[in-house]
Parts: sequence; structure tokens; C-alpha cells
Amino acid sequence: MTAEHKITERLSPESHDGNRGLHYEENLLWEKEHCDHPGVDLPQAENISLRTGLPERGAIGLPQVSEPQVVRHFVRLSTWNYSIDHGFFPLGSCTMKHNPRLNEKIARLPGFAHAHPLQPAETVQGALRVMYELQEWLSELTGLPGVCLAPAAGAHGELAGMMTIRRAHEAKGQGHRKIVLVPDSAHGTNPATAVICGYTTRTIKTSETGRLTIESFKEALGDGGDIAGMMVTNPNTCGLFESDILEISKLLHEAGGYFYCDGANFNALVGKIRPGAFGVDVMHINLHKTFSTPHGGGGPGSGPICVTDELAPYMPVPTVSHENDTYRLEYEDERPESLGRLRGFVGQFGMHVRALAYMMSHGADGLKQVSEDAVLGANYILSQLQNDFHVPFEGPCMHECLLTDKGLKEKGIQTIDIAKALCEYGYHPMTIYFPLVVNGAMLIEPTETESKDAMDRFITVMKSIAEDAQNGDADKFHHFPESTPRKRMDEVKAARQPTLRWRETS
Amino acid sequence: MRYLPQTKESRKSMLDAIGVSSVDGLYKDVPGAAFIDGLADLPLHAGELEVERTLSSYANENHAAPDGPFFLGAGAYYHHIPASVDHIIQRSEFLTAYTPYQPEIAQGTLTAVYEFQTFIAQLTGQDIANASMYDGATATAEAALMAMRLTKRSKICVGNALHFDYRAVLKSYIGNHEEAAIFDGEPDEETACVIIQSPDFYGQPHGYEAWRKKCDETGALLIVVINEIISLGLLPAPECADIVCGEAQSIGIPMGFGGPHLGFFACREKYVRQMPGRLIGETVDEDGRRGYVLTLNTREQHIRREKATSNICTNQGLCALAFTVHMALLGEDGFKNLAKLNHEKACKLANAVTEINGVKLLNESFFNEFAIELPKPSKDIVAALADKGIIAGYALDDNQLLLTATEMTSDEHISAFVAALKEALS
Repeated sequence: MTAEHKITERLSPESHDGNRGLHYEENLLWEKEHCDHPGVDLPQAENISLRTGLPERGAIGLPQVSEPQVVRHFVRLSTWNYSIDHGFFPLGSCTMKHNPRLNEKIARLPGFAHAHPLQPAETVQGALRVMYELQEWLSELTGLPGVCLAPAAGAHGELAGMMTIRRAHEAKGQGHRKIVLVPDSAHGTNPATAVICGYTTRTIKTSETGRLTIESFKEALGDGGDIAGMMVTNPNTCGLFESDILEISKLLHEAGGYFYCDGANFNALVGKIRPGAFGVDVMHINLHKTFSTPHGGGGPGSGPICVTDELAPYMPVPTVSHENDTYRLEYEDERPESLGRLRGFVGQFGMHVRALAYMMSHGADGLKQVSEDAVLGANYILSQLQNDFHVPFEGPCMHECLLTDKGLKEKGIQTIDIAKALCEYGYHPMTIYFPLVVNGAMLIEPTETESKDAMDRFITVMKSIAEDAQNGDADKFHHFPESTPRKRMDEVKAARQPTLRWRETS
Repeated sequence: MRYLPQTKESRKSMLDAIGVSSVDGLYKDVPGAAFIDGLADLPLHAGELEVERTLSSYANENHAAPDGPFFLGAGAYYHHIPASVDHIIQRSEFLTAYTPYQPEIAQGTLTAVYEFQTFIAQLTGQDIANASMYDGATATAEAALMAMRLTKRSKICVGNALHFDYRAVLKSYIGNHEEAAIFDGEPDEETACVIIQSPDFYGQPHGYEAWRKKCDETGALLIVVINEIISLGLLPAPECADIVCGEAQSIGIPMGFGGPHLGFFACREKYVRQMPGRLIGETVDEDGRRGYVLTLNTREQHIRREKATSNICTNQGLCALAFTVHMALLGEDGFKNLAKLNHEKACKLANAVTEINGVKLLNESFFNEFAIELPKPSKDIVAALADKGIIAGYALDDNQLLLTATEMTSDEHISAFVAALKEALS
């Protein structure tokens, strides 16, 4: 055995020292040597007699390490993540745009970070003003006058929106309406939300043009007497604007239903097109998509809803009002028809601050440019890749473009392999296998914060992948990625024998 | 327009490549009536300095907890956050990453959240925990829905004083199920679950054995709600519960005027397939090296659509990371010391205020929060003290006031509060 081999064996990944260059291995906190003092040195509590009325808790089994070890642990873990600050992140429908650090700085001002939601209103006028102004901006941009900032995420906004619709129907004696129309291309959250609200879903079929048609809509609508509403994403999840949306929303309204618009794709419209003007009654806005609040590895998000005057009485509380130079929160006592509370306190306030800072920075002119550059970028990528990948629906697209693995799949290389090849070549993949209405979908959303140069580099990589795939080196593709901190993960094992926490015996 | 990299030239060259003369040619499917005429009726773009100046002036209109003595809790708590916590969560790799759908390039987030799940399971004395929830109120509502699915029953029993927001959110969520109902008191044979908050809304800690027995007799599940998670460093763990959920904001996350906070959700392993929310599990990669992935997603909306256990799509990722970093810094001794320190400060505060004539302690026992009775309406007292820069607590009905002390409370704060309270009562 050579010396090199000995080192490799001694420094195996199992020993958690299998480092190479800037690739670091790292064990879990519980596997580190126990330090006799913690990484925080608060004053030592005196041994007073307890007034808790209960016995004192014994050993918990928490790990204990010093501050330098903690910092190093998490910094090393961080190097295993890809992020928008690393590079292009073309994840369709997720709007991975630049997250300005100004927003972080402002959210951390003590007046925002260390204010309590139950303080007397006169001591938090600045915080209430932020919320009020955000309501005003969202209302103007969507053309929908009622705004509630309480929902904690996009899916929570959907819940708020659909419960608002349900509440409105009940108030008007239309509680028997129990069916919600959902296109087959919808986000999974849409049908899940409808069911949680006590509704049954009925599918609207997407046509071969990737859009809803008046015929397919009418077929799903029937006589409309049992329809509570429809949940439609526009632009839709194929990246296309629903060209018949005015006629469809008119038919829906005539039948007594409400139009819920999933706001995931609002980045295509912001500052340029108002959803209220194409028939939307209620819409959630993902502040973490369109308005740049960081995704944070899966939250916190924020999903305010915007609604018509007709629906405004029914939306959740609280909302912020402004009278006589004073801002205050309105609750059920002033809005008795409201569906009530959906989250503790006022919502993800820290995200409200960040979103407002972003909107003020862009202004009306900048936001319109956001939409235009986002749409331009997606169409540019489409134009450059349409000869290398199958394009299921004719363009132009909106802020994201849809490709599939047709033609490559036959060579043994599928969408998942293309995604993993992108991981190998230093990119986060696009959204894959969504929407479900096309096989092997690849949904690419560049956002307005990518330069042409960054998109050109991505296009070059995609073209190379397509060429390699055409040459049929399937085995190579099936083992991508190779240079990442971990290679392909065994997801079947994870689900069959779930290990969801560290344990001493493991 | 500092966030936009395109130039006039790059825009033109892209339009040429696409083959349209202007960007409006790309919006041809949009009906004319939907376009904003010109620009939206909003201010134009503003420079970084200008935005910072404006929003700083708003922030300065608020009274912040560090500005003076602060005794308000009631579900959101003012605690010390070590500097390293904010440093770590502002690292680009954590802050600007997406949900870890591609595990090969997201092991950082996945490993940290796996550690979060372990911390929550240990603290709650439960088998497993999920990757976090929006907040304590929604976690409690989701717990009740889960109990309804598991027991196929639809009555929710609230056993003691549950936080008013949690109860309101529970009511809204349950309202979507026509047969479901919430009631106070004791479980019967139709009860899906009993919800016990400890310490309860008034700060009173509770034992669980009697409730466990009632649940076993009726077949209801026992849900324990914790909204001051630091209490778990001093009070017994709710090991006998079926589900433990609540709010973990106290560790690593500022009050932030109500959010983002950090809901948590733990339960017994046998219920895992009915759990809401994201789960991270251990597995191996192609080379057999240990790693982590999002798992059991056949419960979730993107696979199950209308049959999902919940419509939740994310967690509070970055808040869960802040919690995990803070817990790592605290360690076993630091966490227990922090809990004791909180209790000690509350004992000092209770001793000091009950020396005032006419002020009565209402709790038999407490952790870091308790209710007192005053000889005057508490709303008036809170307003009078706010004028003096003291945030006096949460005004309950009539003459009752809910007070909180934490490790942030100094002896000087307590003296200043007692003096101001005496004056306001005189």
C-alpha cells in the first residue's frame, strides 16, 4: 500500500476528516468532544429555591462546545450549500433574484427587530406605518384594494384567500358551493389548499397550446351552480399568459364564482400589469419571490393577500388602518365579518420591512423594469436553447421558459440527469418535473437580476449538456454530480427507514 | 435601479436575438385593459441612502425593548442573542439558498435542520420533530388537525388557558371542518385531543400526568403547547404527550414586532406519516457517505396534491438555523442556566411588585411570567408607564397585568418599574 492510500484510509469520510482542498467534512454537534463550559457566558444563576411548583428537569443530553467550534461548525456546513449569491439559480416559479443586503440592515434596526407586537400602539407607530405603506404599495400594484399582510408564506396566503372566498359565499347564503376549479398544471399547494378549506376540486384541462381554453373551462364549469371559485396561476406554470383570461373570469363571475390567482408568478407582471384588471378577486403575493426577501433555505416567507372591495370584509385580521395621523391594528371587533386569525400576532413583520425597502428602492419605474427584464431574459434563454431542447409550447413566454427531455430521454438521459449535470457544472438546476402536464419538464426562470453575460454562460453549459446527451453517454450522466460535497443521495433508503434525528446509538 | 444589471445595449441585443423590436412584443397574450397606463401611482426609485434614511426614521418612531425597562411577554419574549447567531444566518450560503430540493448542493441547510430536529426532539422529550412551522399558533392548529386525522374524531378540548392568538387561529382552521368543534373542560369519548399549554397563558406551569390519564381513558390524544421554550430547561419534559408543539422564538430570534418567529412540532414516531410540514432524514450517497435529504414527502402537497396532510410548502428555515446555532452555543449547561436565570429574575420581580400595597400575585407558581392584580385598571397603568419609557407588561381584563422577566431584566429595571408603578397607583 502506498503512503497516499494510507492517508486516504486513515482520513476516511467516516472519521469526518476526509477533507480535500476546500471541501470539508464535518460531523454533527453531538459527535464533538464535550466541552466543560458552554459557548455563551451569561451570568451564573443563583441557587434559589424554585417557585415552579414542579420538580427540576434532569439531564437533557444536549451537546456542549465552545464558541469557536460552533462558528467553525456552521461555517463549514455553509460551504456545502449553493445559493443565489454563488451564481445563477434558474429555479422556475421560485423567483430566485438578488437579495439586497440593505433590506437585511433595515430589518435589524432595533426599532423593528426589538419591538413587541403587543406594545401600546402609540409606541410602535413606525412599525405600523411600514405595514400600512406596504398594504398601499401592494394594493396599487395589484389593482386590488383590500390587503392583509398576516399570511406567513405563499401556501398560507392561498389558505387565507380561499377561506376568504368561503366566508364570502357563506355570508351571501351561497355556502352550498363546494367545488373549486383547478387546472391540471397548478402548483400542488392549490388542490391541497382547496381541500383543507373543505372544498372538492375539479380539474380544468390544459390545451395543447399550454393554456386554458374557453371550451375546457366551460366544460369544467358546468352550470356553475356548485362552483365556489377557481384557482389559476397567471402567468401559468408553463410560463405562458392565459390569453383567454378575461373571457374565462367573466364566465366564472356570471356563474357566481370567485377568481383566486396564485401570485407565484407575479414577477412577470409587477409594475406593468394589474391582476385586478384581468378579473382576479383575490391573490396572494410571495414577498420572498417578487419582492426579494431571502428564501433562507426554505423560509421564512411571507404571503400577503390582496382582494377586491367585495371580498375585503371577509379577509383575515389584523389589518392596519390610518386615521388622524395615527396607525392602528383592526381586529374582529371592528371587522366582524372577517374570517378571523390565521397566524399569531401580525404576520412575518421582518419580511414586510424588507419588501418595503425593496419596493422603495425600485419605485414605480424600477418595478416595471423588473417585469420587462425578467420577461426579456426568459425569452432570450428560450431563443438560444430552442434548437437544443424540445419546446412543448410556442413562445413568447413570460418570465420563465419551459423545455422538456423529449429526444434525449430516448438516449437514456432524462430531466433528472440534466439537472444533476448542472449541479456538476456549478449551477443550481431549474425546476424539474413541474408542471405535471408535460413529461420531463424543465422550467427555467432567470429573473431580472441576471446579466446577459451570466445567461450566456448558462446557455453554453446547457448546450454542452444537450450535445453530450445527444452523443448518448448515459452512464456518465447517471453518476452526476461527482464534484459536489455528496454524490446522488439514496432517497429511497431515507423514506423506507426514516432516521429523523441523531441518537446516541446511531 | 442598482439591482438591475442589464444595459441598453444588452437589452437591444437580446431583443434582436429573440426577433422582436420591443419588449412589449413579448406581452402579446395580455389583454390591453390589464396594462398599467404609464407607471403605477407610486414614488419613483430611490437610492440606498434615501431608503435607509426614510425607513430608519420609521424605526426610530418605535419604542424598542433595549430603550428601557421591558416586562412584556405573552407569547413573544425579549432574550439575549449571541452575536455569532446573526453572523451565521447572514452568510450568503444559508440566507440566499432555496428549499433543499437538490440535496447534493444543499447539505449545509439539510444538516443544520437535521440538528434542529434533534434539538427539538430532545427538548420536548419526543421521538421526532419536523423542520419547523410558521409559528406557535399555526403549529397548534395543525396539531389539532393531525389529531382529528389520527382519531377520526372532531372535537377539540382545550384543557387550560391557551394563548388567545393560538385559540383564535385554531378556531379559524377548525372552522373549515363543519363537524368540528372546540370546547373547554375535560375530554369525552368523541374528543380527538386535549390541548394543554404549559406554562399556560398566565405563566402557570402544569404537570401532565392527570391529563394523560384522562386521555388514556377516552382515547383522545394529548397535545402539549409550549410558547416559552426556555422553560424546558427547568420544567419537566412533556414526554407523555402525543404531540408537543409551540413557539421557539425565544432562542435566537428577535421579537421583530411579531415575526418571523419559529413554530416547532414534535410527536411520537408512530404518528410520523400523519405529520404536517417538512422532514429531513439521514441517508447515504452513491459512495456510501452519510448525508441528509428531504424525506417522507409522499405526505406533502407537491406529491399528494389534494390528499396531502397539509398545504405547507416551506418551513421557517433561517429561523430554525438561528435556533440551532444559539442552542449549539448554549449547550446543556448554558441552556439550563438560562432557564434558571429567567426563573430567578421572575422571582425577584414577583417579590418586588408584591411588596407594593394592594398588588397581589395571582399565580400559585410560575416560570418567567406571572399575573398580578392591581388596585386600578391595568390598561391605564400600562399607558401611564409607557409614557415614562417603561413597557409594563400585557394588560389582561380589568385590573390584571401579565408580567415577564428574562435574563435581560436588570435589578435597575425592576427598581425603576416598582417606583413607577407605585407612583401610578398612588
